[in-house]
Amino acid sequence: MADMTTDQLEELRDRPSLFKQFTGFVRKQPLGTAGGVVVILYILMAIFAPYITGFDPTENFYQNQFVAPGAQFLMGTDEWGRDILTRVIYGSRTALFVGFTCAIVGSTVGLVLGVGSAYYGGMIDLLFQRIMDVFMAFPLIIMALAIVSMSRSLHLSPEASVYFVIIAITIPFIPRCARVVRASALAIREIPYIDAARANGFSDTRIILRHMVPNVMAPYLIMITAFVGQAILLEASLSFLGLGVQDPVPAWGLMLRNAQEFIRTEPWIAIWPGVAISLGVFGFNLFGDAVRDALDPKLRTQ
Amino acid sequence: MWQYVLKRLVLMIPTVIGAAFVIFFMLRAMPGDVCELKLGGEGAYVDEEQIELCREQLGLNDTLAVQFGDFVLGIATLDFGTSMVTGRAITYEMGLRFELSLQVAIMATIVSILISIPLGTLSAVYQNTWIDYVVRTVSIAGIAIPSFWLGILILLGLLSVSEMMTGTRWTPPLDYVPIWEDPVYNLSMLIWPAVATGYRYSAVATRMTRSSLLEVLREDYVRTARAKGLVEKIIINRHALKNALLPVVTVIGIEFAFLMGGLVVTEQVFNLNGLGNLLVQSVTSVDYSMTQGIVMVIVLVFVFTNFFVDILYAWLDPRIRYS
Repeated sequence: MADMTTDQLEELRDRPSLFKQFTGFVRKQPLGTAGGVVVILYILMAIFAPYITGFDPTENFYQNQFVAPGAQFLMGTDEWGRDILTRVIYGSRTALFVGFTCAIVGSTVGLVLGVGSAYYGGMIDLLFQRIMDVFMAFPLIIMALAIVSMSRSLHLSPEASVYFVIIAITIPFIPRCARVVRASALAIREIPYIDAARANGFSDTRIILRHMVPNVMAPYLIMITAFVGQAILLEASLSFLGLGVQDPVPAWGLMLRNAQEFIRTEPWIAIWPGVAISLGVFGFNLFGDAVRDALDPKLRTQ
Repeated sequence: MWQYVLKRLVLMIPTVIGAAFVIFFMLRAMPGDVCELKLGGEGAYVDEEQIELCREQLGLNDTLAVQFGDFVLGIATLDFGTSMVTGRAITYEMGLRFELSLQVAIMATIVSILISIPLGTLSAVYQNTWIDYVVRTVSIAGIAIPSFWLGILILLGLLSVSEMMTGTRWTPPLDYVPIWEDPVYNLSMLIWPAVATGYRYSAVATRMTRSSLLEVLREDYVRTARAKGLVEKIIINRHALKNALLPVVTVIGIEFAFLMGGLVVTEQVFNLNGLGNLLVQSVTSVDYSMTQGIVMVIVLVFVFTNFFVDILYAWLDPRIRYS
């Protein structure tokens, strides 16, 4: 305590407790809190999937084909006699795994590239900008499709297909995050303390990681929360096209793809996976918007 | 102005060549020979000579640099070579489907404008009332609901409504007929995919209309208009909206470019034989030349739309040109 200045003490005293910050967020962002609740429920659903349902999501039961929703199967069964509720619950594992991995890896690589580009500046920055322009010229899903097409000749197992989908979604995220982070990092680079750090003889890596990265955390976190929902949607789209996750792995987009064939006779197969996707993405987007408003009011677009 | 147009035009060239570079080498980075895949499938025996002949026909024996040069020249002249699977000219295959995709994209954009501008205006005028909350929730939901599921729901709705009304179930039109030959048939086929995609793309434009109008309504000249005693309706319609729609134009333009990507999924739901469907087919059947051709066409549409949006914006708002 003795070596703290009075200013630091003041600041400590004035900073609201974690609980106060939390209740403040809930009060100011009711929609965002609702989104947060959905996010938490989805995460719990993914973790405790085996305890919520007694069925196996991948095993076929031919005696139960196309059972309409009822007491035994709340959401009915599909063409292989698998319980749809079970597959919707286990589908959250695939969706969240893909969603979080793509968002975190894509944003982190983007963070490093964006800050690095802003720090070095000059020719490196110019060249980097042009390369980012090239990658941004591909619409998200088109880039992902092109990357997925590389895996077609590999004959991957259904489990490995998930990893390729992750790569396909992560790569187009990188330039989108790098661009946003670079813009904030450029402003930080102009603040004299960076020059002071350089005058102290610190290495570039140290200045980038210790002095610049912590100051662009707000846009970084905003990008992560925005990407999770997008990644879940993209995975569902790719799987719906038959180019993403492969059967029998439970995935919402894939379930909707299979349901299309039976839409005239067994419409219930096509309802719940779509509800799961929409509600999940809705929750992540609401939560992400609230996080953005809380972290950086300047970025508000509403 | 012309200087600005020229500068933007020149900047596009490296982007397009760079995109061609990325897609060309990405598709060739993976192991596996297209000819072996095409002729043999999985593990079958194939005659060496046939493979050699196939490679010769597809120009795979040239060096990568020569192949890439051909590809870039092809983009400039819109000639992408022949499909590795069907053997027909890629430009011909795309031409058959481009019209359909373009029509759906334009219709979806119209749907999205019809939804977003009235809703966004309502939301801004009644800021922080229940109307505002409903509109905002509807527009956030638009981003969350995948267009392919919305498409499935629309199909389900059409099926049950038609059964209730007429006793027989609706069957979707199967073959594409241009709008000038049979407008009713054409629209009955394409209106639903346009609604499913348009709703999704209206979400961002709705939010943009709302925020932009809110900003304009706080300006001095709006206060002056109010002080003059003008009716609120006239203030909004005649004075505020005109200025507020400027950024909305940009968003709608950029979304038109994104639509070309979004159609990939919607076309699948409604069984439309469009460009997106062709891309999915080519990826599924490992038709590299077709895939790279379609991806480049989509990139070109994307880059040019962005270019036109920039120009339009610079023309509408002179401050852009000089910064």
